[in-house]
Parts: sequence; C-alpha cells; structure tokens
Amino acid sequence: MEVFINLLVNGVSTGLLIFLLAAGLTLIFGLMSVLNFAHGGLFVWGAFSGAWIFKETNSFLLAVVGAIVIGMALGWVLERFLIRPVYGNHVRQLLITLGGMLVLSESIKIFWGPNPIRVNLPGWLEGSYQFDGIIIIKYRVFVIVVGLLLYLALWLLLSRTQIGLMIRAGVMDKEMVQALGINVKGLFTFVFLLGAALAALGGALLAPYSGVVFAEMGMQYAILAFIVVIIGGMGSLQGSALASLIVGVAGAFMAYYIPDLSLALNMLLLAMVLLVKPTGLMGEKGSAV
Amino acid sequence: MSLLKLDNLETYLGQYHILQGVSMSVEEGSITVLFGRNGAGKTTTLRSIMGFNPSTTGSVHYHNQRISGISTHLISRKGIGYVPENQGIFSALTVEETLNLAKAKSTGESEEKMEWMLELFPDLKKFWRKKSGLLSGGQKQMLAIARAYINGDGLLLIDEPSKGLSPIMVEKLMESILKMKEKTTILLVEQNFLMASEIGDYFYIMDDGKIVHEGLMQVLKEDKETCQKYLGIA
Repeated sequence: MEVFINLLVNGVSTGLLIFLLAAGLTLIFGLMSVLNFAHGGLFVWGAFSGAWIFKETNSFLLAVVGAIVIGMALGWVLERFLIRPVYGNHVRQLLITLGGMLVLSESIKIFWGPNPIRVNLPGWLEGSYQFDGIIIIKYRVFVIVVGLLLYLALWLLLSRTQIGLMIRAGVMDKEMVQALGINVKGLFTFVFLLGAALAALGGALLAPYSGVVFAEMGMQYAILAFIVVIIGGMGSLQGSALASLIVGVAGAFMAYYIPDLSLALNMLLLAMVLLVKPTGLMGEKGSAV
Repeated sequence: MSLLKLDNLETYLGQYHILQGVSMSVEEGSITVLFGRNGAGKTTTLRSIMGFNPSTTGSVHYHNQRISGISTHLISRKGIGYVPENQGIFSALTVEETLNLAKAKSTGESEEKMEWMLELFPDLKKFWRKKSGLLSGGQKQMLAIARAYINGDGLLLIDEPSKGLSPIMVEKLMESILKMKEKTTILLVEQNFLMASEIGDYFYIMDDGKIVHEGLMQVLKEDKETCQKYLGIA
C-alpha cells in the first residue's frame, strides 16, 4: 500500500508538471495550428532562470515569478519574430521551431555553462508528511496543489471569461472570430504568452523537484508533452490534463515494476490511443475546454 | 445614397483571377441580391469586402470611407456583419455563448439587438443553452444571421442562406430577412431566384468574375431573356 500511494503521488506530481508544458502546447496548436517545438526551450529556460534566481536570492517565490517573466519575454520574441512570419506554413513552422528549440537549449550554456546545475529544495518545502507509516514528500504535494490550481484557473479562464470564449471560438473558426471584430493576432499573442508562462513555470517547479537541471531536458520534456497532447487530443485542455496524469502515473508504476519498459511505455500508450481513437482521448474539433 | 461601393475590384485566389473588375453599390436600407452561377465569384466578392481575400486593385468604400486594405476585424468593427456560406457556426459553443461573443465588439446597442433577434428567431431562445453544433440546419442559419446582426447592424453580408434548407424553412428565413430590412441594409448572395426576387430591391448578376447585369428586381422578374441567359430560369 505504501509503495502504491508513493508511486501514485510521484506519478500525479510528474503528470501535472508535464501538464504545465502540454497545456500551452495544446492551446497554441488548437488556436494557431502551430506545432511549437520551441516550447521545450521555454521550459528549460524557466528551469535554469528559476534555479539561478533562487540561488542568488534564496526566494523561491521570486525565482518562480522571475522564470515566468523571462519565459514570457522569450515567448514574445519567438512569436513575434520566428512564428508570426510562418503562420499557415507547417513545414516552415516545424523547421523554425525546431531551430528555436536548439538555439534556446544551446544558449543556456552561454549563461550557465555546459554542466548540469544542482538545485535545492526551498527550506519551507523540505521534508515529508507521514500518515500511518506512509511517507509523502512535501514538495510533491506542493507541485500537485499548484498543478491542480493552475488547471482550475485555466479551465475558469477558458469557460467563464470573455477572452476564454474568444479563444474557444478561435480554436473552431479563426476567420469567423475575425469577422466578429476580434483581433485574432492579438489573441494569438495572448495564448502564446500564456503558454510560454506555463512552460517556464513548469521548468521552475521541476528544477527543485528533480534536483538538477541540464540544457537537454527541454527536448526530453517537450517530447513527453507532445505525446500527452496527441493522446489527449490536440487542442483539448481537459484531454491534456487527463493524458498528463495517465502518462505520469503509468510512467511511475512502470519505472518501479518493469524499469526496462518505462521508455517504451509512452510510445505504447500513444500507439494504443491512436489506434482506438485517432483524434485522441478528448479530441474533437472545437473542444478547447 | 450608396452605403457600400465596390470600384473595379480585382481579386486573385492563388493563380486564379476570380474577380475581374467588379463594380457595384448597395443603397442604404435596401436588400441587394447578387446572383450568378456556381463559380461566378459571388462568395469571393463578399470575402473581398470582408478582407479575407483582399483585392489586388480597386477599392471598397463603406459610408464613404475606404475599407479595402484594412484588417477583417477592423472592417467588422465599422458595423459590417457577415454570414458565410458554411454558416461558420462555433459548434462547441452554446447559443448563449455565441451571441455573447457577437456582443463583444458589437457596434450600437447590443442588448436591444439581441432582444430583437430573439423575438425574430424564437428558436434561439428555446435552445439558449444548447450547443450550436446540435441545432438543425435552419436554426444554425438563424443563429448565424442573429450573430452577424448583433455584431454589426450597419450592413449584413449574407452568403446563400437558403442553401440546404427545406422550402418551409427557406420561406421562414426570407420573411425574417425581409423584416430585418427595417433596421439594416443587406447584400444577399443567392441562387434561389424565386425566393430572392421576392425580397430583393436591386440585383446584380455575376458571370466569370464580372458584373454582367444590374438593375431593379422588379425589372429582372419580367426580363425572361436575362433570367434564361444568366440564371438558367425559363
């Protein structure tokens, strides 16, 4: 039982971290039809800048806020100068965002060197909770709470606000949204910055979670996020949340019981979903929420 | 007075030269019908006015202001509502959400307009919380027209509203469009001559990207030769 609960907590917390990356990715794809491979670059920048600010200031809150601001600034540059000129051209998007991903990952080494950096847990999140002999690490509970709150906030944004209504409509029919007087380019920028902020936040939260950050982790997590987005259904926030939890939990159990298969697991999950429901678990045109 | 004026509009879609010098005008408070065979350029004319397919030469003026060359959302904000041929329904949004979205950048008194549309199309009130994608074809068309009117009531561009609807539904819809003339101006693209000729004041006929005939609807109804030649109506 102890092992089961620990694996479940690990899986859910990892899943929610992946969700932070996948949420932006799926919204960007749903609204803008852009497969943004550079998203992983924003995640790794969030991880490094968060770790650096935390080390310099010893304030985890400041580290998270700083990482989000840096992620959004980089996101704005990416959207404005790299992605906006190639809207509607998938081949060029693929090449340019892959290039963006490499540049973002490699530029990490200019600022922080080529070696991985160790990151400590913030003091107030060190330690663990104990229930009936079951030990649960405090930071993982923190990640779960933050992840769930962010999911709720995103759901409220999309389903209860005017801008959320515009985004959902834009996912279905961009042209018609424009014909209603709504500036779709402005909406694109908003969604892109929101996605960048989530990716950077995911990176900043992951740094103390994994204890070490390295430049290549962006690609590693971006692949996981892409798998999640496809399993959940491209453009669906709920689908991404569900798929993140499945991937996270299945990954935790597999790594414990059959570690040799843990790498193949995600591909197996992806293949199974695509065979049974090619649009993904909750993928339907227009199902942004 | 002309509310909308198209002057020598030339539009290309890729390598195809679709509009080849289209000039026309729409009088305020009228229903002007644009007829033509499939592929004549009717839809492209509306899309060029909205800025989706910008013209390479020529101009579009609305209220004597040039609107060609500006972004679609800014054209819409001048008070032009658009109903596309495929209705452009946001299938996952409810009727309520769709009409609230139309109010977001609406010109004029959006609440009043909303009330009037719900009076004109009571089905929309009945299915207020229903997903738009689950409405019938006729109800979707009502929703598309109501959305366009709430968004911009200066001029409505309506593309083939009768397409795919039953004769009873077409009749109902046309009655509603005729009532809407009291409060707005309409440029209607239609292939259903019988229906459109009953509600239209003026007409234009397009063929191969050009306006080949124009005038009062009353005159066209009696001009059997033109009807036969361009519209295939005996």
